[in-house]
Amino acid sequence: MSEKVLMKGNEAFGEAAIRGGARFYFGYPITPQNEVPEFMSRELNKRGGQFVQAESELAAVNMAYGAAAAGGRVFISTSSPGFALMQEGMSFMASAEIPVVAMNVSRGGPGVGGIQPGQADYFQATRGGGNGDYHIPVFAPSTLQEAVDMIYEAFEIADKYRNPVLILADGMMGQMMEPVVLPEQKEQLQSEDIASRKPWALTGWGGKEKRSTVVSLHMKPDVLEECVEKLFVKYRAAEKELVRYETHDLEGAQVVFVAFGTMARIVSEAMEMLGEQGIKAGMIRPQSLWPYPYCAFDEIDTATTKVVISTELSMGQMLQDVNIGVCGRWPTDLIYRTGGIVPTSLEIVERTKKILEGLKK
Amino acid sequence: MKPVFEITRGMLPTDTSYCPGCAHGIAHRIIMETLVEMGQLENTIGVTPIGCSIVSHEFMNVEMCESAHGRAPAIASGIRRVHPDKMVFTYQGDGDLASIGAGEIVHAAHRGEKFTTFFINNGIYGMTGGQMAPTTLIGQKATTAPEGRDPELTGWPLRVAEMLATIPGAVFVERVALNSPANVMKAKKVIRKAPEIQQKKLGFTFVEILSTCPTNWGKTPIEACKWIDEKVIPYYPLGNLRTPEEA
Repeated sequence: MSEKVLMKGNEAFGEAAIRGGARFYFGYPITPQNEVPEFMSRELNKRGGQFVQAESELAAVNMAYGAAAAGGRVFISTSSPGFALMQEGMSFMASAEIPVVAMNVSRGGPGVGGIQPGQADYFQATRGGGNGDYHIPVFAPSTLQEAVDMIYEAFEIADKYRNPVLILADGMMGQMMEPVVLPEQKEQLQSEDIASRKPWALTGWGGKEKRSTVVSLHMKPDVLEECVEKLFVKYRAAEKELVRYETHDLEGAQVVFVAFGTMARIVSEAMEMLGEQGIKAGMIRPQSLWPYPYCAFDEIDTATTKVVISTELSMGQMLQDVNIGVCGRWPTDLIYRTGGIVPTSLEIVERTKKILEGLKK
Repeated sequence: MKPVFEITRGMLPTDTSYCPGCAHGIAHRIIMETLVEMGQLENTIGVTPIGCSIVSHEFMNVEMCESAHGRAPAIASGIRRVHPDKMVFTYQGDGDLASIGAGEIVHAAHRGEKFTTFFINNGIYGMTGGQMAPTTLIGQKATTAPEGRDPELTGWPLRVAEMLATIPGAVFVERVALNSPANVMKAKKVIRKAPEIQQKKLGFTFVEILSTCPTNWGKTPIEACKWIDEKVIPYYPLGNLRTPEEA
């Protein structure tokens, strides 16, 4: 039966992964996600899985690659600079069609940056930080319940598309506590059942019809082109099937915010405050960042909307996608804080009013 | 009629892509023969490196995974965790293992990962065209050391087997060479010990295999074999550096 408990974000992420059937976790300490590897080291071994502390994020992502190539259900987590190191593995796994669920509890950057919440990994997450033509489905929860549900489902999506899937949270979500309803424990895929359930996985060829190899080298350009085109058939399907978003109060809205993750929580509060001041505001909340919900912008109220504002913990990285969605139909603007600063709802209200005044001039 | 010689079923019936005089083919064959003799061919998962032998899965008849440069030990660690009863090995060259993958091999040994690494040391980057490796000998010419390796600029050749033998988790460490029939026969005996110890789950097992690269050394195959005796073995002595008491 499902149960409701009060949990810290990072621990809830780990619990959701275990309940989602993850048997293998490879991690490396980095703030603000340290409670994920700590939780996994406490829990996974006694619940039929294995925790390994890797020597680096590079090693962690490659251990994940190996374990998932061998048919294991694998979860990894890190934070921004660590995810930069993992890009090698993301590219290789996308190329070799290896399913892994990765979590980035992101912080401010660039460089070492800071350890406070940030969304400046938007490009890194959605544009493919590794080399080559590939995509990673990216989901961005704004509550711990949504994070738990997204992680739980991500394993099925990763397996279906045979591709890595990323959950992009931020340090605020990793560190806060919220009540969550935990889903039921999924059946774990045992090592002896891998060969029959995942015939492509590496198990040794004994008893198999065909020897499996996991490759990403294609020396002949025409063969490589064909392999990439095959990946993109998958990505085109994902663009249709994995688009997720919510809209709030778009009808009659003067201002439409676009916000994900922690920012969407603060924008919700700012919308109420603006409403009390007679300014009707709506919100598009992307839940999938790749594929991006461009179609959501078609729901904006053409009669009333004066401006669409990308609201982010980064310097307008998502604004590029907002502009694609808006497609010249409304003016766009940006409200941001970066470096690990999370704005208050009052700050968003004040900035919004200034933007609206600016439009009158 | 009893056949006096058969090509091992551990090797796939195809030509390899290696240059004349390169020892990769010998190394592949004796590793595969060993797995056949142990009855483990069907039960084995290998990891290939970046380098000439990235395509060794086209020649070795076991299930295999390609890796990013140097990461084979991390990948093998992941595989072994999923399949604790399978035979797992990495096959890595010296550019791959001793340079870009130095971190991964040290920590796989450090964790006592229960797989075997076959380390092909030919003292040079083969596939990229003869650049200097950490293992290149002093004075040896490479495309990035055109005047020969100068230790003042580039340091001294790295003795990987000796380094790994200091790590408690590396329970079996030995260096062999493939430059003469006698050395090949000795190498095969050593190559059998490593997977046997892996099966006992005692820790990390490592065989360094001194190998030839006539193309990038600018030598004939015969000169290359001689050069191993004259120059390479004196710096990288053959022999066992660690064997577990239980073996």
